[in-house]
Order: sequence, then C-alpha cells, then structure tokens
Amino acid sequence: MRPLLALLTLAVVSASAQAADFVVDQKGNQFAPRKLSVKVGDTVEFRNTDTTPHNVFSLSAPKTFDLGAFTKGQSKKVTFDKPGVVEVECAIHPEMKMSVEVKD
Amino acid sequence: MTCRRNAPRFLAATLATSLAALAPAFASDAIVDAQGDTVVVAPGHASLQKWLLPETAPSPADNVTTPERVALGKKLFFDPRLSGTGRSSCATCHLPERGWSDGYPKSIRFMGEVMTRASPTLVNTGYNTIQQWDGRSPTLEHQAANGMSATGSMNGGSEKPVTGVANIGRIKGYVDAFERAYPGEPLNVATLAKAISAFERSIVSRNSPFDRWVRGDATALTAEQVRGFRVFIDPAGGNCSVCHAPPNFTDNGFHNLGLMSFGEDNPDVGRFKQRPVALLKGAFKTPTLRDVALSAPYFHDGSARNLREVVDHYVTGGQVRSNLSPNMRPLALGPEDRAALVAFMEALTTPTEVFVYPVLPP
Ligand code: HEC
Ligand code: HEC
Ligand SMILES: [Cu+2]
Repeated sequence: MRPLLALLTLAVVSASAQAADFVVDQKGNQFAPRKLSVKVGDTVEFRNTDTTPHNVFSLSAPKTFDLGAFTKGQSKKVTFDKPGVVEVECAIHPEMKMSVEVKD
Repeated sequence: MTCRRNAPRFLAATLATSLAALAPAFASDAIVDAQGDTVVVAPGHASLQKWLLPETAPSPADNVTTPERVALGKKLFFDPRLSGTGRSSCATCHLPERGWSDGYPKSIRFMGEVMTRASPTLVNTGYNTIQQWDGRSPTLEHQAANGMSATGSMNGGSEKPVTGVANIGRIKGYVDAFERAYPGEPLNVATLAKAISAFERSIVSRNSPFDRWVRGDATALTAEQVRGFRVFIDPAGGNCSVCHAPPNFTDNGFHNLGLMSFGEDNPDVGRFKQRPVALLKGAFKTPTLRDVALSAPYFHDGSARNLREVVDHYVTGGQVRSNLSPNMRPLALGPEDRAALVAFMEALTTPTEVFVYPVLPP
C-alpha cells in the first residue's frame, strides 16, 4: 500500500508542476469561474468539458488572442504577460463571457 | 391460404428479424443527446421538458410587457407612417401570414432595392439573447431603433433617406396611446422602439404538436415525426440540436454552415464584421425552428427553397468548407431519416388562429 501511495503522490505532484496556474472550465455554455484574478506571468488553461465545440478569444489590449475552436476534452493555455483587465469571450456563443484581472 | 396472402406476412416476419438485428440501436428509448444529457424519447418524459418555453418572453426592467404596450406596438408595427416615405411598415418584410418573414430569398425595400439578406422570422425572437443574422443588435429595442433610422430597413435605399419617426408624434391617437402605455415618458425613437419590442415579444409559438407531445399528448406526433426528433437530437444522426438547442431551437450562437454563397467573391462575412475572430468569417446566427415550415425560403441568403433542401444541405456536410463550423460533417442519413427530419420540423408549427390586424389611429 505505502509505495503505491507514494507513487501516486509523486504522479500528482509532477503533473501539477507542468499544469497551468489556473484552470477555467467551459461547461453548460458558461465559463467557470466567470472572474479570475491572476499575476503577470501566470498561465490559465481553458478546458472544454461540453460536448459542443467552444472558442476562447480576447480583443482586450493587455492580451489579444484567439484559441480557435476546440472540442470536448481539449484544452489550451494562455499566459498573461501584461497587467490589466482582459475580457474573454467564446466567439461561437457570445453569452459565454468572463474576465481575467492581471495584476502586477 | 394462398401464396399471395402469405407474402405480406413473410415480409413482415423478415422485417421483424431485420429490425431485431438493429435492436441494440433501437432497444431502448434512451439516447444521449447533443447536450450530453440522457433523454428518453417518450411523450411527456421528464428529460424532454427542457424543450418547453416559458409562457411569456422575458422583458427588460425598463420595458416590462403590458397589454397597453403590446397593443400600441402592434399598431406601430403595421403602420407605414413610421417610414420616411409612408410606404413601408415593419410588416412589409415581416408578415404574419408568411411566418413573420416575407417569402423572398432576400428582402426588398419599398424602392425595389434588394437587401443583402433574407428577412428572418420574428417568431419567438423575444426569447433570444441576440438579434440579427450577425448579432449586431443586443436587444429588440436596439434593432427597432436601427430599423426606424433614416438608413434602416424601413427607409434607406432612396437618395435622401429620412425617417418617419416625427410623423407619429403628430397623430393624436398615438400620443394618447403612448401616454397610457408609457406614462411620463417622451414620445421618441426610444419609446417607439420599446412599444414595437413589447409587441414582438408577444409573437410566440409554444403550442405546436411537438410541444404538446413533450407535455404528454402521445397522439400529437406521428411515428415518423418522433423518428425525426430522434434523428434531430442524436449526435450520431442529424446532430441538429447541438446548435438548434433547447428550448427555442437555438444556441444564440454563430456558425458557418458552408453555404454556396460563402464561396463567391467578397462573400457576406456575417458575424466576422462584429467580432473579427477567424472562425466567425461567414458565420450567422442559429435561427429558431418553431413555425419554420411557414417561413420559406431558408438561410440568411435564401438559398434553400424548402425544408427538404435544407436537410439535403446538411447531409452534404456543407459545400464550401474553407471555414466550416466544427459541428458540420457529412451525415449518414438515408431517405427515410431525411423525410423524418422534415416531418419533425413540420410538427413545430403552432396552429394559428386568424391573425387580427390592428386598427390604425387616423
Ligand atoms: C425592407 C424589409 C424590412 C423591413 C421594412 C423591416 N425589416 Fe426587420 N429585418 C429585415 C432583414 C433583411 C433582417 C435581417 C437583417 C440582418 O440580419 O442583417 C431583419 C431583421 C429583423 C430582426 C432580427 C430578428 C432576428 O431573429 O435576429 C427584427 C427583430 C426585425 N427585423 C424587426 C423589424 C421591425 C420592428 C421593423 C420595423 C421597424 C422591421 N424589422 C422592418 C427586413 C426588414
Ligand atoms: C453548426 C450548427 C448547426 C447545426 C449542426 C445545424 N444547424 Fe441548422 N442552422 C444553423 C445556422 C447558423 C443557421 C443559419 C445559417 C445561415 O443562414 O447562414 C441554420 C439554419 C437552419 C434552418 C433554416 C431556418 C431559417 O429560418 O432560415 C433550418 C430549417 C435548419 N437550420 C435545420 C437544421 C437541421 C434539420 C439540422 C440537422 C440536420 C441542423 N439545422 C443542424 C446552425 C446549425
Ligand atoms: Cu462556446
């Protein structure tokens, strides 16, 4: 039992070492959470858990990006490198909105 | 028994055996739909209630729907004096007897100028969260104010477009009706738009055979229509409800369906003009499908003459695939499934009472 547990802990630790600093879920045609506060240099992973494809984009000055369309189970990462408020939307479903506050 | 009389029975037996072979697919009435929900395709089943619309369309806090507002908006909607030339009303292109569309592939203004897009139905538009094929209007009020402006659909086209908004303030019947409907508010573009929007929110279809079947009336749909519904929601079938989502058959979203017209020079880029994101080039808003059988022709460019042509388009998986929605792919639907889809869409029409046109104030 013990070695297995240790192994598992190790696996979890190394996985999180590579993971993003934050995860934003896309579920039920909504972002969760809808507001996020991060520090300059932090990486946010956008993950789609819906069966329908979603998009993630922003035209805000501190970070302009377009992640294209991605399907269930896929995720894409964005690193926020300048301070400010970044309004994030799904282009396919304009009701899906969230904002990321990037602090110095 | 003669051979002849036995033949149908033999056929029936073979049919039963071949149906049995298909059993895994049809054994249970449960299906995981395009939303990822497990639904049971049976009349009145709890899992289908998500398709029912609330009784009334939501209205904003500063324009709560009242009977006075609806009645006033109904008059304005049909009144050509609302246009600069006095020749066009909203109903010129949104006719109740044409499914609140106009029957043309692309709308025609009073001067004969052909607009760039088809007139969309106004049925259940009050339940939607975004307006216009490209979503450039966030609300009905915004759309109505734009439509009434000098360059809007009610006017424009001519050399010196003017708006007819001022005409209304000179008609006593309207001044009085405004005082009752919007006490203390001025009669201007904003309140005109509010009244028209209140009327539009009353254009509701929620009692179609499909709606009655969802509420539990097993006789409301034919077996073919039920089959069509199943194809409609099955991700491995038509996959339609991934975009035409419950309850109003729309996800209020934008998709490029690979219509032929997107392959033309300088195509209509649709939503891309509002939001310059690559996947929106040639993407248009998912329309509701309630009462859809009444509003042919179809698509923003009027390119499908009837529902059969719409289904044929989806079966191809889109003709121009340069920026196709990831939800579009060729569909493996045989002639029976295609016919069933059309039959299902025909079951989305609420039987209409005779529409009573308003009496306009002199
Ligand atoms: C000359 C024809 C014409 C007239 C007149 C007209 N419309 Fe339209 N209407 C259209 C067309 C075409 C569209 C689609 C425009 C687009 O999406 O680019 C449209 C779109 C709409 C929509 C959006 C519906 C949706 O599902 O997104 C509403 C609501 C609407 N019109 C209401 C009105 C009202 C109210 C008036 C009168 C003030 C009016 N229209 C006058 C042709 C017309
Ligand atoms: C990728 C999302 C998507 C899928 C999947 C989809 N639709 Fe559509 N549907 C739309 C959009 C968007 C439009 C309007 C497109 C345009 O005019 O450019 C539309 C238009 C229509 C229209 C015309 C309505 C009108 O008022 O003009 C019908 C009918 C229709 N779809 C039925 C279906 C059926 C049946 C299926 C399944 C076989 C289906 N749709 C699958 C998004 C979708
Ligand atoms: Cu989305």
